[in-house]
Amino acid sequence: MKITKEKFGQSFDALAADYQIIAPVSDAGGVNYKAVKSFSEVKQDYLNSKLPPKSFLFPQHEKLLSYKKEGKDVTIKNELKVGKSILFGVRPCDAKAMLLLDKVFKNDEYTDPYYYERRDNSVIIGLACNKISPTCFCSSMSISPASSEGSDIFLIDLGDSYQVEVITEKGKALMAGLEELVELSAEEQALVDTIKSAQTASKVDVSTITAKLDKMFDSPFWDTLHEKCLSCNACSFACPTCHCFDISEEVHKNEGSRVRTWDACMAPLFTLHGSGHNPRDKKKARWRQRMMHKFNYFVHNNGDIACVGCGRCIKSCPVNLDIRQVIDGVNNVELVVD
Amino acid sequence: MVYLKYKTGGEQMSSIVDDIRATARQLLTDGKVDVVIGYEKGSLPLKATPCFVRSPQDIDKLIWDETCENNLAAFSTLTEGKKAIIAKGCDSRALVVLLQENQLVRDDLYIIGVSCQGVINKKKIEAETGEILEASIADGKVTVKGMVCDKEYTFTEVKDASCQTCRYPNPVLEDIHIGGSIDVPQQAAVFADVAEMENKTAGERQAYFQEQMSKCIRCYACRNACPLCYCKECFVDCNSPKWLTGGVDQAENLFFQAGRVLHLAGRCVECGACSRACPQDVDIRALNRKMSKDVFTMYKHESGISMDSNPALNEYSADDPEAFLVKE
Repeated sequence: MKITKEKFGQSFDALAADYQIIAPVSDAGGVNYKAVKSFSEVKQDYLNSKLPPKSFLFPQHEKLLSYKKEGKDVTIKNELKVGKSILFGVRPCDAKAMLLLDKVFKNDEYTDPYYYERRDNSVIIGLACNKISPTCFCSSMSISPASSEGSDIFLIDLGDSYQVEVITEKGKALMAGLEELVELSAEEQALVDTIKSAQTASKVDVSTITAKLDKMFDSPFWDTLHEKCLSCNACSFACPTCHCFDISEEVHKNEGSRVRTWDACMAPLFTLHGSGHNPRDKKKARWRQRMMHKFNYFVHNNGDIACVGCGRCIKSCPVNLDIRQVIDGVNNVELVVD
Repeated sequence: MVYLKYKTGGEQMSSIVDDIRATARQLLTDGKVDVVIGYEKGSLPLKATPCFVRSPQDIDKLIWDETCENNLAAFSTLTEGKKAIIAKGCDSRALVVLLQENQLVRDDLYIIGVSCQGVINKKKIEAETGEILEASIADGKVTVKGMVCDKEYTFTEVKDASCQTCRYPNPVLEDIHIGGSIDVPQQAAVFADVAEMENKTAGERQAYFQEQMSKCIRCYACRNACPLCYCKECFVDCNSPKWLTGGVDQAENLFFQAGRVLHLAGRCVECGACSRACPQDVDIRALNRKMSKDVFTMYKHESGISMDSNPALNEYSADDPEAFLVKE
């Protein structure tokens, strides 16, 4: 079934009255997700955003609570304010990444209310990739440029209209007002089939990487891999699955707030203890951690690789330390048998 | 204004590569250095990547062309042992500043100087062609096959902004020079870009920097790509006192960027590594250039151009232009 973009745009604009709509717009010499009021603001033709939409579920800098001391009285205020949101135009890699973030922020041990309140109140409208960037490798990560996993509603751009797939109950509820769905023509169906069968040209092999990494903690592979890394956070901040954070107090006189800020394992400060000891003071240890966390620890803890093949880290790295080459490097390591 | 003794991508380039490799081989074979820090072909079109060669068998990885955009001096303080570094004019200036600031031991450093006619700014190209699928450089032309369109550029058109204003394409300090050198007409530094910014109204400038700073995500790629940002603890990471929060908004971001520029006063060598490293296209250079102009105007100082000239802020003279100074 499909809907014309004109009709979809009208519904989109109407929904903007009740929902905060986050959608791709032109930004920072590319495209990024921002709050929009009208469908006319939405960037239609884009490969993917420079930064992933994760910041709307897990902001880079978030007040968790604030407090004030007056005399002997301390008042504490919960700073969680959540309204209904729609994340529009989310690519399949990013929609999958949100499923991975769910595993971190809501599991058997605890639920993170800040993340989850937003998550529960958001509807994900996914959008297939008609064009595929040369740095995309989602096809190697059990995703495809047109996979609907993680989306509540999934769209495929057909030019003047969208093919619509309602995936979840949440999506169904949002789509209830849209009665203008019509059948696809044979030509459009053929286009949908082509988009659905597309694969990324760039590929990696992760079939045995987790088991390989089990035996590679002490491998000399890590000795040189890291050398050109500048220890910046560009890869982590551009990553849709990276989720490490720091909690700190921002205090001024008798009032302040407890804030949560993105942090990243590439930065030496990330693991610096109060004692001055730093268990990962060398780039070697930090790069090993990055690979281990994504391709080994996360798999053991959550059953999935924490990389969706979006390629943003490849594009944002100032020294071109390409994770595809690191994966190849791990695959090529010859393990020494004891 | 810069006369090239050799053409881009031509035969001269390949002989430079041969000479770089021969020098690296000699240095490693003779045990003069433990590592040669240079460039190898990157995984993306028009992108070289830093390369650390420790054994002669890896020497043929080394390349040299207009895609060698990283300032390798940034690795000089991070890499242990005796090292040879391939240095362009700006890289050598950064090494001079590092030596002047006692961050490097001269005897542990071997500078392989190569004159540089500028590096390509990929972002400029991709703004038009979309993501680059394939590209080649030959005879001063950069031919690009992009996702949006294919296009051929002259090298000058896609040269990085910092290379457009570069007055030191030849290494200022080197142990060996590879290839030809570039004739640079003697003329004072030109700050037309800074003057343009200065001529804007305060409101216009504020709007410009608010827009630029709102893009910054504080990934610190700029700081870490900078060879002269080597503080063990950067002021942004300091939590006692806490100079700024982790808040990522244009005011906090400007505080970081302006603070960084002030720390680079009289030290920045204008290599442009910070701007090229920025994944968010923040115009960091606008701030650095203004600082360079002020230092140049007030102190007649250009950083890192000679081992003999004192760093601007390391020198005191009763004639310094501070009006508040009391003269005896």
